[in-house]
Amino acid sequence: MNDTPIQVRDFRKVYGNFVAVDGISFEARRGEIFGLLGPNGAGKTSTLETLEGLRASDGGALRVMGVDPTRDARKLRDLIGVQLQTSGLPENMTPGEAMRFFCAYHGAAPRPDLLERLGLAEKMSTQYYMLSTGQKRRLALALAVAHNPPVVFLDEPTAGLDVATRIELHDMMRELKAAGTTIILATHDMAEAEKMADRVAILLRGKIAASGTPRELTAAGSGFTKVSVRTEGQSLAGPVTFPGVAQQAVMDDYAVYFTTDVGPTVSAILAHIQAQGDALVDLRVERPSLEERFLEITAVGAAR
Amino acid sequence: MKAFANHFTFEFRTGLRNRNLLLMNYLFPLGFYIMMGVMMGQINPLFVKAMIPAMIIFAILSATILGLPSPIVEAREAGIFRSYKINGVPALSILSIPTLTAAFHAIIVAAVITATAPSLFDAPTPVNWAAFILLCLLSAFTCAGLGALIGVVSANSRVTILWSQLIYLPSMMLSGMMVPTSMLPKALNKVGLLLPPTYALHAFQGLGQGQASGVNPWAAVAILLAGGVLAFGMAIYLFSWDSQNTTRRGHPALALLAMVPYVVGAVLF
Repeated sequence: MNDTPIQVRDFRKVYGNFVAVDGISFEARRGEIFGLLGPNGAGKTSTLETLEGLRASDGGALRVMGVDPTRDARKLRDLIGVQLQTSGLPENMTPGEAMRFFCAYHGAAPRPDLLERLGLAEKMSTQYYMLSTGQKRRLALALAVAHNPPVVFLDEPTAGLDVATRIELHDMMRELKAAGTTIILATHDMAEAEKMADRVAILLRGKIAASGTPRELTAAGSGFTKVSVRTEGQSLAGPVTFPGVAQQAVMDDYAVYFTTDVGPTVSAILAHIQAQGDALVDLRVERPSLEERFLEITAVGAAR
Repeated sequence: MKAFANHFTFEFRTGLRNRNLLLMNYLFPLGFYIMMGVMMGQINPLFVKAMIPAMIIFAILSATILGLPSPIVEAREAGIFRSYKINGVPALSILSIPTLTAAFHAIIVAAVITATAPSLFDAPTPVNWAAFILLCLLSAFTCAGLGALIGVVSANSRVTILWSQLIYLPSMMLSGMMVPTSMLPKALNKVGLLLPPTYALHAFQGLGQGQASGVNPWAAVAILLAGGVLAFGMAIYLFSWDSQNTTRRGHPALALLAMVPYVVGAVLF
């Protein structure tokens, strides 16, 4: 049993004079969804493709289930499943054939049940080029996990998918995680990363600019928590100050407060409403999102 | 073995499903065979004498030199080989299975030509069936090796067409398929000896048809075999999984080594 299936230490990747990845280190634990985030050209793809054995490392140490992906590419094959961003299947191959084809090379039994679950049962004999984008993505995911690999790499797994399919894929990712599969999730969708990832690393210009749980990352930022309050009366109409509030505004019948200290702010607002003999209609608290934190980090990085 | 069988079945089906491949594997060679049988039988009676081997070699060239290289280039450019690599499909299978299936399609067409040409066009049947069948297989192997090599070293589909035509067009004119090599000027005869179909035709005539052959048929067999082994070996050696991430083990110009047996043949004969 390997508790840290992914180990990356001081990894470097260089293309000519361009340093794509500059000495990054991170680990992904067993049964963890690890998000790899970053703008285009940050080094995500280089990192992923080196872990997948598609590129050679130019420095540092990488291990996937204890295997060096650069040197032991053959051993790596049955240990990983990869959902590539681009299709990677011949145009004339049908989903049924693809399942039999790849499972045979992994020495595993085909999993038509996966195709059924992902809504591809009726497309079993349809050639790849006739599938929709969503169907291609679902097929790619089914093929990536069909041989039960302990590590799965997902590159933009839900890009271009409808809501129902996205929910189905997220459910499947949770099931894989519960079964102990480690998932490396590369995505531009910050809401998805925040919702699905246990920990994330934000790559910027080949270095890790921030890492931790989505909650830790958002808490470490300078973003304010937004508290929106609607009352029956006018108790919040005047200029009232509350603890921790840095800015306030009125938006669509709501008094909106931007605070750095949400607990005391909300308590003080509620006490004020009660003291004024007013009644609360609605109260909403919105934490700063990972997306806002991501933009903050990338903006700081770009300014340097 | 199961993986090989699955891969072979898929590639064989692709040869029928893909319109371009269906054209190159079946429609073009069979259509050309009918057309040549009707036309050339009346214009040039000598053509009928060599019709079966000539049309078989044409079918092999069509499936292997015209049909095989482009899918290899397109699959590499589309990232299909990357996906294969991740899933443990070996380079040997990636090259050998399409090569085998292309040869297999050509052999099916060869069987149709051999079965119908005597009754349709009065073409002489082979006198040595064992040699004839082995030569069909050898010619298919050699040309398929060359087709795979073109696919491996071509940077893109346009270059593939260029290389394919560089072998295909002179083969049509100078190998003896259309016009007997004895009727060609000596210089063009030498150029013809740089092409695999020339040796295939000499071997077919000498060993399969029991006819006079301009080149020692056994030497032709040896040159074909050496050319096929070298072409396929160089294709495996120079194979790259994708056009961006991997570096080739050797310069694409090394592919020219596959021509060495034919150059030796041109010097000797």
